Amino acid sequence: MRIFKRKTAHTEDLYQIEIMPERKNNVIALAGNPNTGKSTIFNRLTGLRQHTGNWPGKTVKKAEGEFTFKNEEFKLIDLPGTYSLLSTSEDEEVARDFILFGNPDATIIVCDASVLERNLNLAFQIMQITYRCVLCVNLIDEARRKGFEIDKEQLEKEIGVPVVLTNAKSGEGIEELKEKMYLVATRLIKPNPRKIKMKDSIRKKIDLLVPLINESFTDLYSAEWIAMRLLEGDSKIFNAIKNGKLVELVNKGKLE
Amino acid sequence: MENLLSWSTKENLSDGVGKVKNENVLKIIEIINSCDQETRKRIEDDLVESIYQTATKITSRCVKKKKNGIIDFELKLDQLFTSRYFGFPIMLLLLTSVFFITIKGANVPSKLIASGLFWFEEHLKSFFILLNSPRWLTGFLVDGVYRSVAWVVSVMFPPMAIFFPIFTILEDAGYLPRVAFNLDKLFKWAGAHGKQALTMGMGFGCNAAGVVSTRIIDSPRERLIAILTNNFVPCNGRWPLIIMLSSIFVAASFPASISSFAAAGTVLLITLFGILITLLVSKFLSKTLLKGEPSAFKLELPPYRKPQILRILYTSFIDRTLFVLGRAVAMSAPAGGLIWILGNVTLNGKTLMSYGVDFLQPVGKAIGLDGVILLAYIIAIPANEIIIPTIIMIYSSGSKMIDLELDQLKELFIQNEWTVLTAICLMFFSLLHYPCSTTTWTIYKETRSVKWTVISNLLPLTIAFIVCFMVYRIGMLLIGS
Repeated sequence: MRIFKRKTAHTEDLYQIEIMPERKNNVIALAGNPNTGKSTIFNRLTGLRQHTGNWPGKTVKKAEGEFTFKNEEFKLIDLPGTYSLLSTSEDEEVARDFILFGNPDATIIVCDASVLERNLNLAFQIMQITYRCVLCVNLIDEARRKGFEIDKEQLEKEIGVPVVLTNAKSGEGIEELKEKMYLVATRLIKPNPRKIKMKDSIRKKIDLLVPLINESFTDLYSAEWIAMRLLEGDSKIFNAIKNGKLVELVNKGKLE
Repeated sequence: MENLLSWSTKENLSDGVGKVKNENVLKIIEIINSCDQETRKRIEDDLVESIYQTATKITSRCVKKKKNGIIDFELKLDQLFTSRYFGFPIMLLLLTSVFFITIKGANVPSKLIASGLFWFEEHLKSFFILLNSPRWLTGFLVDGVYRSVAWVVSVMFPPMAIFFPIFTILEDAGYLPRVAFNLDKLFKWAGAHGKQALTMGMGFGCNAAGVVSTRIIDSPRERLIAILTNNFVPCNGRWPLIIMLSSIFVAASFPASISSFAAAGTVLLITLFGILITLLVSKFLSKTLLKGEPSAFKLELPPYRKPQILRILYTSFIDRTLFVLGRAVAMSAPAGGLIWILGNVTLNGKTLMSYGVDFLQPVGKAIGLDGVILLAYIIAIPANEIIIPTIIMIYSSGSKMIDLELDQLKELFIQNEWTVLTAICLMFFSLLHYPCSTTTWTIYKETRSVKWTVISNLLPLTIAFIVCFMVYRIGMLLIGS
């Protein structure tokens, strides 16, 4: 049954952003599980007052805002909250497409400190697509009240990207978040996310596919991810490769 | 997910600038097809599994747990709010309290604002007369535009300024997902998605927002059901009408000491009826036009959080109250002007308005309303907010100025042959009829289908006529006996 035309207006909007060649400011994506306080972080960073709520799925549209830090201009995109980038509900697709094609200069992954383990699932999926990430462990006050203690340095070491503990409501950690986001976005530091082990049989196929994909893109970090989607039979990704759309999008989004 | 094997390798794969080379595409297909089906199907699961293993390893090293006092308390709270016995009563109690506070609290400021704005109207009129402005201009601007705007502000502003913050506090504290949890069983019975309860909750604020929020529902079938039925919960454009009619007509039939409770109870019943219709229509759709089984979903019950009161006051004031009010004012000004023109331009000695009213009168009467009310619904298609002001303006057009406070308002309605039954039918009609033009446009944008957009309007309208007809007939029988 075909009820909705596949490509909806707002997905097109996302593509539009990237096709602007004269991109001056740094683009920062704000991703994370639903109800982890992304919108509150967004408001803190941009000074805007995007409506926030306490239920999963409050933000279904993406919101944009701008701010300046250390004389650099940043454009912040608040993506819909998602549990995963793998399934295909519309909001998850928006988030995935943006991280993949939007080529953000940095992606802030917001997690709920109290359920960090569960939230890391999405974090790892994002880190497969882009290495320029900052892990923002939010709602740290709530976690402390519940008796959790998070070892930030250890977490940073394990996961391979900068980690910030924040309480967006009070503003705790927001300056540090800006600082780390700045360092990542301006290429002053290069995060090195921990790789997820794959089964040998799949690993081999991926290793065959990556060079084929990379022949058309120089050094595409997400080539592995794309290879994996191809193996699964994701027709959209395949078509994007075939008709050159992927190349176009990725190249146009590139800064370097 | 589509199978790559079905993709033809003979498709026209022209080389071009920035495209992956043909030979590479062919090689890619070859590699993909060399991987056996079973392995490919499990890639996602394998990946998620290894991610979870890694996540567990990492958190065991980085997160330490000391005590768990608050979690136990929250668990207790959840057991209470989602309990089989107390879940629904608590829900109804909370909803009734919200209505009660709104009705009780809105009364006084409503009167104050009304008397202030109508005091100003007299002076405005004298000012126009002083300037020697022509009679038609004074009538158009003051009796038409100003009066309808003043009405919208005085009738709608106070209840909204009370209702929205309270509703938002419940939302912010984390109560809404618990409601969804409670209602899940009912939606499952109706063949719909449990998250529809959340989108319905958004609809209480604004149906257009409710329609957009259905994006959280993955299955297109269930999403469409949620879109088509969102109209059956009253939005902020319709609350004031329902609240006002409950207060001045239904509550008046009860002793003064309990009249506010009676009004809140009426609003509650109307709301519950809307939810009932939502479920029945969902069930009907999933058995006919949109056949299918309800899909399972995972709903995370978020932690209870202390609402940010100041932020809530700010956002519910700016985003909701002022936004809705602004829209109502923007819509009621031209509508007020239009009504004045319809009421004052004559054709063969009869105003254009009377032509319309006479034409609609038999239809209106059949469902317990009248021609004026139906005409108002046609004029007010752009915004539900202005139904009552439009009705008032039509009734009072041509007549001399009347002071429009709630008591006199009731007088005006009674002069025009309204009874409690008329008020009840109108509340049902308001609850059901059709989505406002903004919502309709949103439905079109979300579904990209003219067919479903048309259905989203005709379906509620049909139901509204049937329900009002039945309510009117049953009411007449009861009164007659």
